[in-house]
Amino acid sequence: MRFLRLLATFVRVGVLGELAYRANFFFQLLESLIELGTALAGLAIVFSYTASLGGWRPDEVVALVGVYFLAGGCIRLLIQPSMQQLIESVRDGTLDFILTKPEDAQVLASIQRVEIWKVADVALGLAVIGVALVRMGSRIDAVRALQFAAALVAGGVIVYSFWLILATLAFWFVRVENILVIFQSMYDAGRWPVGLYPGWLRFALTFLVPVTFAVTVPAEALAGRLGWLTLLGAGGLAVGLFVASRLLWRAGLRHYSGASA
Amino acid sequence: MVELYRQQFRTTIAVQLQYRAALVIWLIGQVLGPLVTLSVWTAVSASGGGQAGGYTPADFAAYYIVLMIVNQLTFTWIMFELEYRVRHGSMSMALLRPVHPIHSDIADNVAFKLLTFPLILVAAAVIALGFHPAFHFSAWSTVAFLPAVFLAFLVRFLMEWTLALAAFWTTRVSAVNQIYFVVSLFLSGQIAPLSLLPRGVQAAGMILPFRWTVGFPVELLLGKLSFPQALEGMAAQVAWLGLCLLLLRLVWRAGVRTYGAVGA
Repeated sequence: MRFLRLLATFVRVGVLGELAYRANFFFQLLESLIELGTALAGLAIVFSYTASLGGWRPDEVVALVGVYFLAGGCIRLLIQPSMQQLIESVRDGTLDFILTKPEDAQVLASIQRVEIWKVADVALGLAVIGVALVRMGSRIDAVRALQFAAALVAGGVIVYSFWLILATLAFWFVRVENILVIFQSMYDAGRWPVGLYPGWLRFALTFLVPVTFAVTVPAEALAGRLGWLTLLGAGGLAVGLFVASRLLWRAGLRHYSGASA
Repeated sequence: MVELYRQQFRTTIAVQLQYRAALVIWLIGQVLGPLVTLSVWTAVSASGGGQAGGYTPADFAAYYIVLMIVNQLTFTWIMFELEYRVRHGSMSMALLRPVHPIHSDIADNVAFKLLTFPLILVAAAVIALGFHPAFHFSAWSTVAFLPAVFLAFLVRFLMEWTLALAAFWTTRVSAVNQIYFVVSLFLSGQIAPLSLLPRGVQAAGMILPFRWTVGFPVELLLGKLSFPQALEGMAAQVAWLGLCLLLLRLVWRAGVRTYGAVGA
């Protein structure tokens, strides 16, 4: 509850800061729509030559594109801005301001900046998932819905923990932004089922940059292709990474001695 | 002028060698795009009985490997760069110099490519190991490829440099850039070889400059074009080159007049 209230406060601050630049919302929406249109047009071309792509039917890949937008939107809305802010504040010492507040510092650092207009990606992603679900119709049952929700939550926790671990490395190494840029460019590969890629790339997208868990696994759940074992693995990895990131964060804080001040 | 180019060469190479991590990031971005599309088309042709639109997996591999190399030879980052210069006011300094700023940009671009070309070749070799491309080079098309790729570079550079001048008029260049990149994604042959796209898109590709800056040299080298088609393509390249030169001149003159320096 307390967490939600805090989050709501930061969202409000984000909205207030951006309301002065309302035109940005329309440009963001335009850019997101173009990106979505591009992805769907690419699908249309590919599926004009085949009925299924590596075992995925058209509706299922559309759902995957929806998950890609949803997950990417959440990352760009909250996780990435906050983590970039965190890295910066470790470098210039303004992390002190967070540490002195009477609230868990990890929570504050993780929601400190909201890029509110990226909510357009989240909304578009949800809409695309909705359309795909309607077109899949009766193929969706309660079990799949449940698996999907669980996979989405696990993917979200994995991506968050992954970013927190990278950002926390800033306590020891000053320059870590580069790794974040690599994540950005590799995230694009999540637009297609990772099963299509050669083994080494699939491995990199699963364990080095957890795009697989954020996008492909939830979409597999919708397509009814997700084994319970994979889901269990995703859940286990989520818990493991979350604990690990928490431990690393505490070690980082002990190592932190402020800058300049 | 030669001295200017030589100095810019030296500066660019020294700067890039300072930021080696940025080079690696650039390389990942440059390789991952073609690799992803290649993987998708490989899967498509596998499920379509070994071919899609006349391309076997080995053909797709050859296409995307050559595409990656041609793209490396012709790409520019000027659309982001000019926007930054105008927004931060460093354009003012460039305007004070006695030579047209496009010269230092050309030198900068070519120097960067000389430095990174070996990296792209290594990446191409690695992809070739994984995807087993089939190349069918012929003597005349290999020879014709060289002027075609050079013309492609000139057209793309001048076109993107001219478009980048939009920064003189608007601060919302990123929307302009995005639309440009999306159109070029489809029409330059990056999302698929142009012959696999719907007829209307192919017709647009014949008229607009995008195909002539990337897809055409690739198809030429891979022996997908007849001799008359090759001549036709080069004629289109030369026509676009003339048009771009003219536009560049007009837009540049108008843009400099509109430019109000920002910042210092």
